[in-house]
Amino acid sequence: MIELYNIHKSFEGKPVLKGVNLKIGQGETLVILGRSGCGKSVTLKIILRLIKQDLGRIVIDGEDTTNYTEDQMLPLRKKIGMLFQGSALFDSMNVKENVAYPLREHLKLPEDEVSQKVAQALSFVELSGAEQTMPSELSGGMKKRVALARAIVLEPRYMFYDEPTTGLDPLTSRKINELINKLKDEYKVGSIVVTHEIANAFKVADRFEVIKDGEILFSGTANELKGSKLKFVQDFIKGGTIENANQ
Amino acid sequence: MKNYIINTAASTVEALYRFFAFHWEVAKRLVRPPYYPKLIWEQMDRVGVDSLPIVVLTSFFTGFVLAFQIGYALMRFGAKLYVGGIVSVSLVRELGPVLISLVFAGRVGAGITAELGSMQVSEQIDAMRALATDPIRKLVMTRFLAAVIMLPILVVVGDLIGILGGMLVSVMNLGLTANFYRTSVVNALVFNDLISGFIKPLIFGGMISIVACYFGLTARGGTKGVGDAVTRTVVVSSVLIFLLDAFITKVLFLMGM
Repeated sequence: MIELYNIHKSFEGKPVLKGVNLKIGQGETLVILGRSGCGKSVTLKIILRLIKQDLGRIVIDGEDTTNYTEDQMLPLRKKIGMLFQGSALFDSMNVKENVAYPLREHLKLPEDEVSQKVAQALSFVELSGAEQTMPSELSGGMKKRVALARAIVLEPRYMFYDEPTTGLDPLTSRKINELINKLKDEYKVGSIVVTHEIANAFKVADRFEVIKDGEILFSGTANELKGSKLKFVQDFIKGGTIENANQ
Repeated sequence: MKNYIINTAASTVEALYRFFAFHWEVAKRLVRPPYYPKLIWEQMDRVGVDSLPIVVLTSFFTGFVLAFQIGYALMRFGAKLYVGGIVSVSLVRELGPVLISLVFAGRVGAGITAELGSMQVSEQIDAMRALATDPIRKLVMTRFLAAVIMLPILVVVGDLIGILGGMLVSVMNLGLTANFYRTSVVNALVFNDLISGFIKPLIFGGMISIVACYFGLTARGGTKGVGDAVTRTVVVSSVLIFLLDAFITKVLFLMGM
């Protein structure tokens, strides 16, 4: 289980997170909703310690990582896969080298076994045969799927998805949603999905957290979200004028 | 005005702290494996072998022009026989290390910053960390070690080419024989000149690679941010080459070298 307690973070004096509390267990998908720039992605990066929080406590599978150094975080990061918003594929490497990267870094496997695991991961994201393609030759949706293959190849216990369907066409978005659900159902992966795309969020979420002004405004299931009386939440669901929404 | 000065001073101190903290992060990793020898080898090829053409060109014409200028100045006093000695000592002790390091900062330093800066702004560095690898070890250490090994080698090659350029002028324009020029070079150079000429690029190579990696990894703000980072790398490296050169020269003189 990943637990966040009272997380605060500011950038250049401007508070982004103001006391965020979260919990995510294995085999469940938590969707964090909120407007662009409200601190959703920052939350994921804080858990991975890509950014350090100003205040608050983080516990990953019972280990308090609050004061962990970069070296101490390395083994824990193997437990967590992350799909970045822009895919973040290594553009000097082809698809196979990208997916094989974590395998070659952390497991001393013979090359034929690496190739086999890469093929399996690419087959999972339905991109078999794309091994020799360079990232610059892939569409946005394909890049996301390759990035997903790279993130899951070490079989992480948790997956973080940063805007997984933003900018993708409906069919590709559906494919990504199916992959998120497949990982949860088949491998019991605990997932945090950060998005502002409400339609896609409902397709993958077990629970929702809504962030507004750096604080958790709402926490609950899909049905509770739909029934919420909070104007911000209702406006968000209906795609209304959130800028003017107050509680 | 007072606030502006205080804020500027505070941000300068913070920037210097981050810069030296980065040095510390690299230094800590120097004493602990893994070192990625295959990547170091690749970088040695990129920063060293690929820099050879421009180093050869720069050094040849530096030696060529230096011999011309010194030769014609010395001819007035009937002392053109000393051209070989003056050209070789100037090149080995000073001009070779400084000029080739400036070329290295422009070519290799700028390239490293552009590469790492692009990786930084496209979240590839974050991806590397999220995949439980250490970018300082994998990207910075490999480039640092490659630069420290290759810049002194480039300087040695450049010195030799520069001395050859000087010989061409001495033979064709100053009426000296190649054999006389070679003898005057060998007689003029002493062991301390070689040590001085080797220590400087060793330090400059380390400095340029660290500066380049630091500004690359701290690049922010898309392509413009990467461009700004590249400019900072070239400016800071060039200024530091001159400052360190003065400092090392003074220290070596105090040590009797």
